[in-house]
Amino acid sequence: MEATLFYILAAVLLIGILLAITARQAVRSIVYLVTSFFALALMFYLLGAPLIAAFEVIIYAGAIMVLFLFVIMMLELESPEKLAKPNFKNWLPALLLAGAVVGALVVLLASRVQAVPPGFTEIPVRQFAFALFKQYGVAVEVVSMQLLFALVGALYLGRRR
Amino acid sequence: MSVPLSHVLIVASLMFAMGLGCVIAWRANVIMMLIGIEIMLNAVMLTFVGGSAHWGIADGQLFSLMLMALTSAEVSLALAMVVYLHRRKQTVNTDDFNSMKG
Repeated sequence: MEATLFYILAAVLLIGILLAITARQAVRSIVYLVTSFFALALMFYLLGAPLIAAFEVIIYAGAIMVLFLFVIMMLELESPEKLAKPNFKNWLPALLLAGAVVGALVVLLASRVQAVPPGFTEIPVRQFAFALFKQYGVAVEVVSMQLLFALVGALYLGRRR
Repeated sequence: MSVPLSHVLIVASLMFAMGLGCVIAWRANVIMMLIGIEIMLNAVMLTFVGGSAHWGIADGQLFSLMLMALTSAEVSLALAMVVYLHRRKQTVNTDDFNSMKG
């Protein structure tokens, strides 16, 4: 049951991303991406990470994608047909590199038999919080400094002259 | 859940390949390049969460939390820069940003 749900969500995720990277307008691409990030959040939940799933919905789909949407609408870009749509010449190196990644994956999967037993263990939030604040307390401080620097930089870049 | 780890890794690498393709194919548009970077970072997060669930250690989930903080910082700065460049040149085409003069 859960495995079936996982494969359905994986299909939704990959199709959503495929539609997002081939969309003609940036706004449509963002909406497809929000859909696929909801699917990704459910996959995180199935993989036993409820906290990361909640953060994925709140921060990614809720904040970052809305920030993208806000900027796209604020810029008042000219009509979408004026934007340079990638033609086949642009897609060729992209397809080449993506094909290299997929080919490496196929070779890796074909070369040896997977001996890893299936099954995932759920990590309780208590264990996550202990690891975060006891083991990696310094990292939390560093991340808070990084967010402060990003705030200052964004304010500096966004000020009117 | 009875999904092998390799299937999670397959999904993550396909996602990464598509993000890479997005960055390279849309290299004339800053916003679509940023979207491609978002897709790639999410693929990395899926890998971390899958590994964390497979080995039963919280470190992978923790690092994906760090990655989320990193991404929000990166996106806020990059979008502020996009707004700034659009105010200067009235475009988001990367080919028009060809001078380093301040």
